Amino acid sequence: MVSVALLQPRAVNVDLQTDAMLQVDISDALSERDKVKFTVHTKSTLPNFKQNEFSVVRQHEEFIWLHDSFVENEEYAGYIIPPAPPRPDFDASREKLQKLGEGEGSMTKEEFTKMKQELEAEYLAIFKKTVAMHEVFLCRVAAHPVLRKDLNFHVFLEYNQDLSVRGKNKKEKLEDFFKNVVKSADGVLVAGVKDVDDFFEHEKTFLLEYHNRVKDASAKSDRMIRSHKNAADDINRIASSLYTLGTQDSTDLCKHCFVLVFFFFCLFVFVLVFFFKQKIEARVAADEDLKLADLLKYYLRESQAAKDLLYRRSRALVDYENANKALDKARAKNRDVLQAETSQQLCCHKFEKISESAKQELIDFKTRRVAAFRKNLVELAELELKHAKGNLQLLQGCLGILKGNT
Amino acid sequence: MTKVKVGMDDPSSVEFVERRRAALERYLQRVVCHPSLLQDPDVREFLEKEDLPRAVNTQALSGAGFLKMINKASDAVNKMTIKMNESDTWFEDKLQEVENEEQQLRKLHIVVDSLVNHRKELCGNTAVFAKSLAMLGNSEDNTALSRALSQLAEVEDKMEQLHQEQAASDFFIFAELLSDYIRLLGAVRGCFDQRMRAWQRWQEAQSTLQKKREAEAKLLWANKPDKLQQAKEEITEWEARVTQYERDFDRIGMAVRKEVLRFEKEKAKDFKSQIMKYLDTMLQSQQRLIKFWEAFLPEAKAIA
Repeated sequence: MVSVALLQPRAVNVDLQTDAMLQVDISDALSERDKVKFTVHTKSTLPNFKQNEFSVVRQHEEFIWLHDSFVENEEYAGYIIPPAPPRPDFDASREKLQKLGEGEGSMTKEEFTKMKQELEAEYLAIFKKTVAMHEVFLCRVAAHPVLRKDLNFHVFLEYNQDLSVRGKNKKEKLEDFFKNVVKSADGVLVAGVKDVDDFFEHEKTFLLEYHNRVKDASAKSDRMIRSHKNAADDINRIASSLYTLGTQDSTDLCKHCFVLVFFFFCLFVFVLVFFFKQKIEARVAADEDLKLADLLKYYLRESQAAKDLLYRRSRALVDYENANKALDKARAKNRDVLQAETSQQLCCHKFEKISESAKQELIDFKTRRVAAFRKNLVELAELELKHAKGNLQLLQGCLGILKGNT
Repeated sequence: MTKVKVGMDDPSSVEFVERRRAALERYLQRVVCHPSLLQDPDVREFLEKEDLPRAVNTQALSGAGFLKMINKASDAVNKMTIKMNESDTWFEDKLQEVENEEQQLRKLHIVVDSLVNHRKELCGNTAVFAKSLAMLGNSEDNTALSRALSQLAEVEDKMEQLHQEQAASDFFIFAELLSDYIRLLGAVRGCFDQRMRAWQRWQEAQSTLQKKREAEAKLLWANKPDKLQQAKEEITEWEARVTQYERDFDRIGMAVRKEVLRFEKEKAKDFKSQIMKYLDTMLQSQQRLIKFWEAFLPEAKAIA
């Protein structure tokens, strides 16, 4: 069981119109064998809540329930729904820990302890990441002027019993699958419809290409970082192996032999280099993961959500055009005209409402994206420099020791 | 020596040639470092003569031949039924040390090999990622961000170069150092085996001498004067042999001790210089890395 308290202060979301504050964060998390329990902490001056500050415990499925409820709500068709956080996945890390346990007999105690520490650090990193992703989801919802007022969201934040949200059963999963198939087929049809509005036409082309390229970059960054982690693991094993080489029993006579002392001294300096380098390399890989890979993964999901918005708008447009055609037909035949008129008005209203909010949402998406990339790329560069300078100091120090010892 | 077909434009053949060149160079450097070998006329001829006679009977000196010789000595040692009575524990202890070290170096070599492979993999993956990032930069419609992403793609490209150079240094400096010493320690073990063999020869001569003496005693008792003369001659011969072999054994013992100390001195020097060379390449690499990221940082900050 692992528990982590996030002490970072979160940005406060203030609704300037109603002067109400809503601040959400995940203050604690507990990892049990096959599930993670997040403690969702809320601070709010909104009148809807019974108290100004409270906490509840939620699991991953309940986040998914909340996300799906937004997606299925027709009222929110015109917004980019914040993407759902990915499922906590500790399988790879657990597998590695298990393999280590099995291979315990084949390595020295020092090697085993060192590798165990590394794997535990990795587990902790994955844990922190999943907590961060769940938190980002909630913060995005809390920051959205409309979604923050959603009733389900308030229930999610406040209701201190289990929401009894079970995972989808087989039938529901199958329904979801078919819904997605229909959506992608529809998507192809709808994508072919040229938009009269230049803004949306440009956005459609842009998002399609951008999404695909982000997907590609995300997959490739993952692969690159995995190689980096593998290399860091090797450096760890080299450090252990060098240490074993350096601490071999030598004959008493030779312990006083200058030549051997000199040899082992060089070896020890070398061990030092690898020991510290490994820590640095592991941090480099972790930081690249956080600042680059996670950024790309997040914008992969966000760009998909934006595409989904455009899809919903196109669907509404198609419905509107069909309603127009139906109205013309009804007027020509002079049958069910009132019905057709009402239907056409509804479709028109829906389409215009979606278009209006979609435009703002897409502009906001751009602003958010540019800001997020700027922040992460700057932090990435600063961290790379910090680690490289650390590496440099280490190497200069050790080379100095060796040179001075001729 | 293994025979390998080498093609003209094969990239792996370029690597192979470089590896061989470096290995042969190290081998020659070790040979000329050795005070006794430097005096050897064959070595001198090898270094000086324009044309060397075709190597027809180098079977004994070839790697395979040399290995056979060592293996014969080891077999002889293994077949010894009488354990050597060491008055001086130095040899036993030193041999144990050498064997342990060889084992450790083998283990270390496996991990270093793994590092070389992972770095090569990292190289490939970084190059692919750089291209993908460049494409993403092209799609991005915010101009400053687009430019920053293209710059980042270039940085990653440069990193790929760095990784490639680091992988080469991992291999040529570190991994090859280890494999050289694994083989050299094998050769050191070979020396110890040769000493054991000398001891065995001495012991066998002693037991033969003993048998001859017993035979002489029998002849004395049987009173056969003509055969007695022959027996006496044989005894003298074997007495001389025993003395010779004992002297050989002592001489070899002293030579092994001297050689081991010289070897350890060389090894310490070698490791130190290679370690320093390796650390230096890592240092250069980090300095260049710093330059790349320092150039990129203002671009990232310029995103608006």
